[in-house]
Amino acid sequence: MRFERSHTRRAAFVAVASSLALLATACGGDDGSGGGDGGSTGGGALEGRGPITFATGKDTSGNLTNQVAAWNAQHPDEKVEIKELPESADGQRQQMVQNAQAKSDAFSVLNLDVVWTAEFAANRWVTPLPEDQFPDLGKLLPSTVDTGKYRDKLYAVPVTSDGGLLYYRKDLLDKAGVQPPKTWEEMVAACQKVKALPEGKTIGCYSGQFEKYEGLTVNFSEAINGAGGVVVGDDGKPNVDTPEALAGLTALAEGFKSGFIPKAAITYKEEEGRRAFQEGNLLFHRNWPYVYALAGKTDGSSKIAGKFAVAPLPGLKGAGVSTLGGHNYAISEFAKNKATAADFIKFMSSEERQKANIEKTSQAPTWASLYDDPALNKQFPYLAPLKASIESAKSRPKVVKYGDVTTAIQEAAYGALSGTTPPKDALSQLQTKLSSLITQ
Amino acid sequence: MSATAQLAERPSKQPPKSRHRTSFNEGTGRLAAILLSPTLLVLALVVVYPIISALRESLYTSGQQIDEEGFVVEGSQFVGLDNYTAIFSGETGERFWNAFYNTTFFTVTMVVLETILGVAMALVMHKAFKGRAIVRASILVPWAIPTVVSALLWKWIFQADGAANALLGTQILWSTEGWQSVLSVIIADTWKTAPFIGLLTLAGLQTIPDEVYEAAKVDGANAWQQFLRITLPLVKPALLVAVLFRILDTLRIFDLPFVLVGANKDSVETLSMLAYDEASNTRYGPAAAYATILFLYVAVVAYVFVKLLGADILGDAVKRKPNGRRRRKDKDAAPPGANTVAMAGSTHGGGSVA
Repeated sequence: MRFERSHTRRAAFVAVASSLALLATACGGDDGSGGGDGGSTGGGALEGRGPITFATGKDTSGNLTNQVAAWNAQHPDEKVEIKELPESADGQRQQMVQNAQAKSDAFSVLNLDVVWTAEFAANRWVTPLPEDQFPDLGKLLPSTVDTGKYRDKLYAVPVTSDGGLLYYRKDLLDKAGVQPPKTWEEMVAACQKVKALPEGKTIGCYSGQFEKYEGLTVNFSEAINGAGGVVVGDDGKPNVDTPEALAGLTALAEGFKSGFIPKAAITYKEEEGRRAFQEGNLLFHRNWPYVYALAGKTDGSSKIAGKFAVAPLPGLKGAGVSTLGGHNYAISEFAKNKATAADFIKFMSSEERQKANIEKTSQAPTWASLYDDPALNKQFPYLAPLKASIESAKSRPKVVKYGDVTTAIQEAAYGALSGTTPPKDALSQLQTKLSSLITQ
Repeated sequence: MSATAQLAERPSKQPPKSRHRTSFNEGTGRLAAILLSPTLLVLALVVVYPIISALRESLYTSGQQIDEEGFVVEGSQFVGLDNYTAIFSGETGERFWNAFYNTTFFTVTMVVLETILGVAMALVMHKAFKGRAIVRASILVPWAIPTVVSALLWKWIFQADGAANALLGTQILWSTEGWQSVLSVIIADTWKTAPFIGLLTLAGLQTIPDEVYEAAKVDGANAWQQFLRITLPLVKPALLVAVLFRILDTLRIFDLPFVLVGANKDSVETLSMLAYDEASNTRYGPAAAYATILFLYVAVVAYVFVKLLGADILGDAVKRKPNGRRRRKDKDAAPPGANTVAMAGSTHGGGSVA
């Protein structure tokens, strides 16, 4: 027995030693190739032509392949290959960050969510773009172009946009004889009138997206901006501990307390809210344009088809301010063939391509002219309010540590809406937190 | 394993002991080393290297400073134990202790509930009755479903207008902060993993010979006494393995609260979720520090558990096998269940390490 054990030990030693020797050779090889790669990347100017890759989230619309096929047909020597990333925004960002940290040239053009621009630019993961190479920028909605900039330098070109809309039950408002509301107060009054009707007795008044996730940051920002406040000012400093911001947040918190916003709305993301609206349980609902097509379906999935309409978001006392959504295209710092990449971005952001895209997918374009196109307006009756929404929209804080900032905002807003923190305390705590996070 | 068994048996056939055996063993040893080295190499690559690089990572920080022009300062700095001390101080400290408490609380309540339910399930499955196969199969269904899928399923049940509220006739907002979200996680996890304990316990139950019970009956022991004096002690090795695996699993629970209730919810935030949160904000140093602390916590709990209760995980597998063979040779008794249990255990253990 004793003997056997010692022999085992020796065998283990030999095995470990030979493994380590092998491991060392494996690592050596690895290092060599890594070093070679590091040397070949770099540069910075938009040079080089040839095939490139396009990293984007899962294409749920199914139209992206058509768009890229159109490019590939015109540019047989500079073909674009689509690299589909996960469907969730977090998953996409993670893969892009990992790719950048490995300094890999696997992704040439990146499809960035508008809130990632600052982080990617500050980390030098994306190439600065010379504005004179993108002459069409002036024809895009200015608020969308702004999302592609970090410290006044262009890093990404907006290809799709998005803005919040107020969906409302036109049938009930007509019956109660009220106009679609332009302010929060009008909305409260309108709901009271509808509630007086027999068919409006059990209906909930209003809901946005109030679950603790990115949507809450969007809704919180809209409440603050719509009341005349700011989350992060133009000087790049947080400024949420103000009377305006307090008024905005209090309106939401009071909404929950008084039952104007149904209690269940604290668990709503986009889809839960959409379902409640489609079931006929909500009079007013803040959501993105994608809801329009789904709520209007006449196959029985929506109980309110033909009974609703959209308006721009209401503010606290005046017009509302939407939070800007959408996607921008940027070039990876570590990509090859950057000249082709720049041309591809120009192609995808062109008026012609964006028109082809909205016709198929109803994704909001960034070209101002497309919103005035009569044919498109017929197909998408929400384009006029959407343009108004996007034109006045504000972007979310453009900060490098966006992940931490949005978590802090959600923490403060969730506490205030669920009634555990008074709005005033929530905002002053948020101000302290943001000041330590945003040190620019 | 079969190699050891052979080694153990061979010497008895060859009377001239020392010299001959030495050369034989040395030759086999070298061969074993050569044959094993690819395995050890893979293990070093997928286990040792990540652990060491995570430990190293936890001593560094990178990308947290911004220069005048707004660019992140490149390169990583050695900060020693700063990442660790930062975890325990100020607001981060509160968050850490909260997550630590949640992790521990989940582990204790879930494992206790799952053990009770699992043993009950095993007793039911062990009984001979019509349709036993169907009952066994259906009890195992929850365990077969991937955690994320079952989390989504329960999320659907627990949503504001979901089945749970419809059944209860109230409107409990399960996914908000508070006791209800904790409860929803406990329910979902117990539903999913009690069958695992049931399965392993059943394997143990099946090794208890009927004669023992018959003898107890003759001696006049009632059902409860039989359960306490015979079933529990004899099923203990299998049960302890199952409980240990559940403890290790629950200590690093992540997907269930993350999907069912959501990120950043204080009521259900666990240590794994903290590490994930840090990593997704590209603070890999602190994330590695969190992961290391969790690793140590899991190691300590496992060690204490094994020491206190004597769950002889690896020893069982090695020692009992030859014994079992010998016994089977001597008498024609049924093979002891240690083999089955150890196999089930090690298969699962492999999975949980990965």
